[in-house]
Amino acid sequence: MKTKSFGNKLVASPYIVWSAIFIIVPLVIMVYYSLTDTNGVFTLANIAGIGKYKKAFALSILYAIIATVITLLLAYPMAYFMTKMKVSSQRMIMLIVMLPMWMNFLIRTYSWITILANTGIINTFLSKLGIGPVKLINTPGAVILGMVYDFIPYMILPIYSVMSKIDNSLLEASSDLGANSFTRLRRVILPLSMPGVISGITMVFVPSVSTFYISQKLGGNKTLLIGDAIEYLFNAGPDFYNIASTLSLLLMVLILISLAVMNRFSDSEEGGVVI
Amino acid sequence: MKWLSKLYVCLIIFFLYAPVAVMVLFSFNSAESVWVFEGFSLDWYKSLLFDATMLNALKHTLIIAVLSAIISTVLGTAAAVGIEALKNRIAKKAVMTVTNIPMMNADIVTGISLMLLFVFIGKLIGLHESLGFFTVLIAHITFNLPYVILSVLPKLKQTDSHLPEAALDLGCTPIQAFFKVVLPSISTGIATGMIMAFTLSLDDFVISYFTCGHYQTLPIVIYNMTKKTVTPDTYALSTLIFASVFLLLVLYNALQTKAEKRRG
Repeated sequence: MKTKSFGNKLVASPYIVWSAIFIIVPLVIMVYYSLTDTNGVFTLANIAGIGKYKKAFALSILYAIIATVITLLLAYPMAYFMTKMKVSSQRMIMLIVMLPMWMNFLIRTYSWITILANTGIINTFLSKLGIGPVKLINTPGAVILGMVYDFIPYMILPIYSVMSKIDNSLLEASSDLGANSFTRLRRVILPLSMPGVISGITMVFVPSVSTFYISQKLGGNKTLLIGDAIEYLFNAGPDFYNIASTLSLLLMVLILISLAVMNRFSDSEEGGVVI
Repeated sequence: MKWLSKLYVCLIIFFLYAPVAVMVLFSFNSAESVWVFEGFSLDWYKSLLFDATMLNALKHTLIIAVLSAIISTVLGTAAAVGIEALKNRIAKKAVMTVTNIPMMNADIVTGISLMLLFVFIGKLIGLHESLGFFTVLIAHITFNLPYVILSVLPKLKQTDSHLPEAALDLGCTPIQAFFKVVLPSISTGIATGMIMAFTLSLDDFVISYFTCGHYQTLPIVIYNMTKKTVTPDTYALSTLIFASVFLLLVLYNALQTKAEKRRG
């Protein structure tokens, strides 16, 4: 038996080598770049230089939080109502929610320009009603709308899948014990669905805070998020790799911290977020 | 209350599909505009057939998606078997933590860190152009691997460990025991992982963007098109992709329902 389990462990070795080279080493190189200048000499200038990007970081975090909260508020009732439907319609709605995820997200985002532009669908409609063109595109609202739109399936699906596994007898028990439907939602369904909420929040927050395409297309040139800054600097050429690496590392640390905070929430017994 | 919840679900679906509807509508536009609909035509679909850049990119995307799905499935399944066999708790935790990094991290950070590695190695061995087919393939395999591992591992945990032992007692070699006993019981996990890997690879933009060099995949070509003014042919292409995914899903669903009925 000894030899067998030894052999079993060995089959993981190609993967372990692979992940060392293509996950660990790239991050090490990133740290190296952020601590050196263009000639490879050690410096802390990059870290000192991130002050310039404070606003981009703050804006990214703010937009991502707003988008995540809106997504949660929209997705939670959706998931809840889905679990109340017939099983066959539940599966239908699941498919309908998932389908746009298979469509290229660049196109999905771009289509919003056609809807929101000054000569777009909404404004054409409004002008027929005699309301002058409303500026919708190239606003913070449009960027947040894009985030909500692109990532809402990632919020609906985990919440739905956790909620649909809640034991019906628990709900019956709470009714028997005198809970009205609101109390039941607050005391039973909400705490039990927290794992889905937590994973939904991370799956929406991480891509939102690091996006560059959505802000470029829907936010015009003036909204500079941290993803935009990183993308811009890397395209500007090797001279900017060092500062761009520093920003990327900082973004990664930010994400890791928010994930750790989220995990703290999911560990605590009562899901104290909404209550 | 009942109709209110139905109305809500319908509104969310409307929100999800409004841009899709816009895209489909304007792909049939006779004018070269994604703003004003002038009349119905199939011209953009026709011109798509002769668009070499687009067709080439589609080919690249499919090659990368198929290869990366196959390689990451083989590597990832082996990895899952090995990780499950690890008795050392700390080693197991360390491997799983590393596995989670590409899933948790922002795509832009994963993409850039890989690009830095490729450029670094390229400089070391004196390549003029360090990014291309192999780098984008490696990148895709790397971000696919965690999804394969995490869909195979639970199936391995469910498999009774006495089964392969029994097979060994009955005279199987360890390799036979794996292929005849373990593999069939984890096959659904492997299939899920592979499908996930394929679709993730097909759809990836951010990581490919930083690692593909001149080996442009479809999302990259679409990105370059949306930098300039978009003409309805991009919408036509997306409509075609959307329609094929839709058909596949409907087919899959129908087959599943049929299989469930047969099982009773």
